[in-house]
Amino acid sequence: MSKPSSTATAKAPAPRKTGFLYNQRYAPYVFTLPFVLTFLIFFTYPVISTIQMSFQEVLPGATKYIGFKNYENLFNKHYYRAIYNSLIYTALTLVVLIPLPLLFAVMLNSNKLPFKNFFRSTFFIPALVSIVVAGTIFRLMLGQSEGAIVNQIIGLFGFEPQKWLADARLGMIALVLMATWRWLGVNIIYFLSGLQSIPHDIYESASIDGATTWQRFMKITVPLLKPVTIYVLTISIFGGLSMFIESFMLWSGNRSPKDMGLTMVGYIYQQGFEQNNMGLGSAIGLSLLGFTLVLNLIQLKVFGLFKKED
Amino acid sequence: MRKSWFTVVALMLSVMLALTACSGGNNKEPAASKPAASGAASEAPKSDGKPTKIVFWTFQELHQKYYEDMAKKWNEKNPDKQIEFEGSTFPYDDMHNKLLVALQTGVGAPDMADIEISKFANYLKGTPQLAPLNDIVEPELNNLVKSRFDIYAKDGQYYGIDYHVGASVIYYNKEILDKAGVNPDDIKTWDDYKAAGKTVLEKTGVPMTTLETTEQWSLWPLIAQQDGDFLGADGSVTLDSDVNIKTVQYMQDLIKEKIAIGTPGGFHHSEEYWAFMNKGGAASIWMPMWYMGRFVDNMPDLKGKMVIKPMPAWTEGGARSAGMGGTGTVVTQQSKVQEITKQFLAYAKLSKEGNIEIWKQLGFDPIRSEVWEAPELKEANKFTDYFGTDIFTMLSGVKNEIKPVNIGEKTPAIIDAVKRSVMFRTLNDMEDPAKVLKEVAEEVRAQ
Repeated sequence: MSKPSSTATAKAPAPRKTGFLYNQRYAPYVFTLPFVLTFLIFFTYPVISTIQMSFQEVLPGATKYIGFKNYENLFNKHYYRAIYNSLIYTALTLVVLIPLPLLFAVMLNSNKLPFKNFFRSTFFIPALVSIVVAGTIFRLMLGQSEGAIVNQIIGLFGFEPQKWLADARLGMIALVLMATWRWLGVNIIYFLSGLQSIPHDIYESASIDGATTWQRFMKITVPLLKPVTIYVLTISIFGGLSMFIESFMLWSGNRSPKDMGLTMVGYIYQQGFEQNNMGLGSAIGLSLLGFTLVLNLIQLKVFGLFKKED
Repeated sequence: MRKSWFTVVALMLSVMLALTACSGGNNKEPAASKPAASGAASEAPKSDGKPTKIVFWTFQELHQKYYEDMAKKWNEKNPDKQIEFEGSTFPYDDMHNKLLVALQTGVGAPDMADIEISKFANYLKGTPQLAPLNDIVEPELNNLVKSRFDIYAKDGQYYGIDYHVGASVIYYNKEILDKAGVNPDDIKTWDDYKAAGKTVLEKTGVPMTTLETTEQWSLWPLIAQQDGDFLGADGSVTLDSDVNIKTVQYMQDLIKEKIAIGTPGGFHHSEEYWAFMNKGGAASIWMPMWYMGRFVDNMPDLKGKMVIKPMPAWTEGGARSAGMGGTGTVVTQQSKVQEITKQFLAYAKLSKEGNIEIWKQLGFDPIRSEVWEAPELKEANKFTDYFGTDIFTMLSGVKNEIKPVNIGEKTPAIIDAVKRSVMFRTLNDMEDPAKVLKEVAEEVRAQ
């Protein structure tokens, strides 16, 4: 039935402007509908459902509303530790993963550097490696025996072998190290694309006026890269706060001793799935959503992104 | 007008498809193995002689292989009740989460699944979505180790069938002990063990053992031997009992005197530990019987050097073993073929034949204790090649001393706390055992 009719449609002369697709009133809705539907089904519905679950004790056949109990249960030391870890991790990745890629991007953009393409691809390859594989290898590299590779390397500089994954500070360093290894290349790509859109004449006229390389970098490159920097900052904040698999792989499971690698998402996973407490898991998830929203609003406000384009 | 509607709808659908396909990228979990979707789709048995499909999920490939083999044997014996066994192996956490969500939401669960003991209580919360197995368990119960069924029970209903008893034993590296002039048969109590450890350390420079700092297997059998446990029989938290404090203190002392060290990598299933032990890093280790397989697979250089003995007792004549760990196979309520699945499960895990196969193929101490004396268990296999032939002679000797453990609703929470906090703080950070145990016990009680 439908087949002949649809072929007929395809062959039929284009409908007049009165046709549905050409109707100025409906067309915008039609074209945005797929997105709106995806948004409603895969975002709005889960969020509403999460809000609902956060007020429930979710058990098969015995789900019931328990008021704010899940939120009251939030205030415990594991939750604080998870927030602390997530925030510190995010801050550290920001400190490392914005200046460093910027510097590398400038170097890679310079004409004086040989083997440019080789370096570019080398930096980017880690981003293509699965976190599961990378995490496992990092775990083995960070072993506590003298023979583990990282201990061998620091041994060359005269340091004692360390128990990397059994110390809160070293564990955090390990996580940041892994993030740096993995995301450096991606951020370099962002900055490179930003750099390439800066017109060359500006540098030329600056050097004619006698600006040093450093001055040109600070006065031209950095300000003109601001939009890219803000973008990288924003996604890094998201990335930092939602970090989980790195920690999961490094401690071979969501089980780092003394919660040294517990992140907010890790805590959701622990409560929601490992302990079958979906209600509390939902409450943690919503608090994470709140955190991220506030952080990003502040950040966007500070950088003046709400102002109208001039 | 109607025709253009068709175009619009067709267009929308294709765009939707493309979009949802993109958003699939959000799913970061690696596709573990075969598609899992087929779950509840298994159809009711048909009279036309077509085999019944049984879908099974596990986190341990060996278990899947075992059932596949048993399905073949079943089909040979039951031409009128043919089954088509479809097993999938997922990573440990993945499988437990998927199963939990499938049972919670009421769709997509397999007919049969493995649930590890420390997670089992999660599945018994609320109204269990698992099928009671009393009709297959009760007729056989006299031949079985009953305590291995109680741990999977709620309100008198049995929901899971284990693979093994999990009797804890001690594995000695005979080569190292010989060098130190220590005879493992002379080690009767934990005091003897400590003294022997001192000798080994002095004569060979090798620590007597390793203690897990991020898992529970070093501690749990020791307290179970003395009827101490994480939880009481009524499910209340007993983590901070005097027996437990004393035991953790004993372990901490072993480390202080360098007789023991913290396990490299934190637990006895880490690659680091296997490499360390394989090189003769420590003289002994106590783990359940099922740990034999790890020796055979991961520490090949110790072949012929390891001997299995009952664990030392706390007092002369005290219990020398405890039933540790385990994985219960369950049948789900969602299954449309519960009857035949149960029959197959009973054949694979409760029958005499099945229990002999469990030893032969998996190297586990079977839950049907009458087969321990069976001649088939003395036949040579890769385990007897590695550890010698008298494994079950030794095990039969402690048959009545295998202490059970208590499992309750708080088990997942308390195991988690022991793993993350208790072991690490007492054995790595050397905090006062009494203080740590009290603090953690209070916390879990409050949950």
